Amino acid sequence: MWIYEKRLEYPVHITKPDPRMAKLLMAQYGGPDSELGAGLRYLTQRYSMPDDRIRATLTDIGTEEIAHWEMIATMITQCMQGATLEELTAAGLDGYYVMHGNGVFPADPNGVPFTSSYIACTGDPIADLSEDMAAEQKARATYEHLMNMTNNSQIIEPLYFLREREVVHYQRFGECLEIMQAIKTGRSAPSCRCSRRRF
Amino acid sequence: MTDYTEQALLQKIGEVRFALVELQLYLDTHPEDLDATNDFNAYAVTLDRLCSEYTERFGPLENFGNSTHDAGSWVFEKWPWQN
Repeated sequence: MWIYEKRLEYPVHITKPDPRMAKLLMAQYGGPDSELGAGLRYLTQRYSMPDDRIRATLTDIGTEEIAHWEMIATMITQCMQGATLEELTAAGLDGYYVMHGNGVFPADPNGVPFTSSYIACTGDPIADLSEDMAAEQKARATYEHLMNMTNNSQIIEPLYFLREREVVHYQRFGECLEIMQAIKTGRSAPSCRCSRRRF
Repeated sequence: MTDYTEQALLQKIGEVRFALVELQLYLDTHPEDLDATNDFNAYAVTLDRLCSEYTERFGPLENFGNSTHDAGSWVFEKWPWQN
């Protein structure tokens, strides 16, 4: 079950059309290292994890990623709002407009549609957590590239927030990997409700 | 009740919710950290108070019964992606 909160995790107010950045932001909306990929990757991998702490981390980070996906969609919508067809065409969005109008379709900046082959779910906890750590670093790099492409502070500020979240998520997945390695080498048992310490 | 404007109250809710997101992720891998648990619970009480005030003064923030609804404001109040 999920509950919707009618609010963005971090505010987005882009007041001038910027179709060039709308196109580039699609990297994080429908690209291989997008917020959509992140959310699906973590929420999908939860079911085969053997430890409660890792199940919790994947559930909560997966949920936060969906809120980030909403922020990116909001940024794209506001960057396209008020742009003329000439401006969309000059930004290379004429093909996008013909197929999607003002809709926000999950594709990358080159128009390649999102596919589930961008995520992995091997069912192997070490392999999946290693993928998650790499995914966070790839998303961080993409955010830095996006910030390099504009000097619009209304776009840079939310990107700065999103970049910082990748760093925190990487840290938490690193801890999950350490938990998993301790279980694999027999240094600790998987945690579950039955072994939880009572305060 | 505070005398925050709607924007200021939303910003405050965002700040407290963000602290809770951060503490939640930390507690996921450190579930036995009592200090962080206490911090989490203190922020949760504050969030509940701020969200109740927001709902009472400006309309519902959450769907499916987490917020009480008045006639139509869930539907007709601005959606988060609208400028």
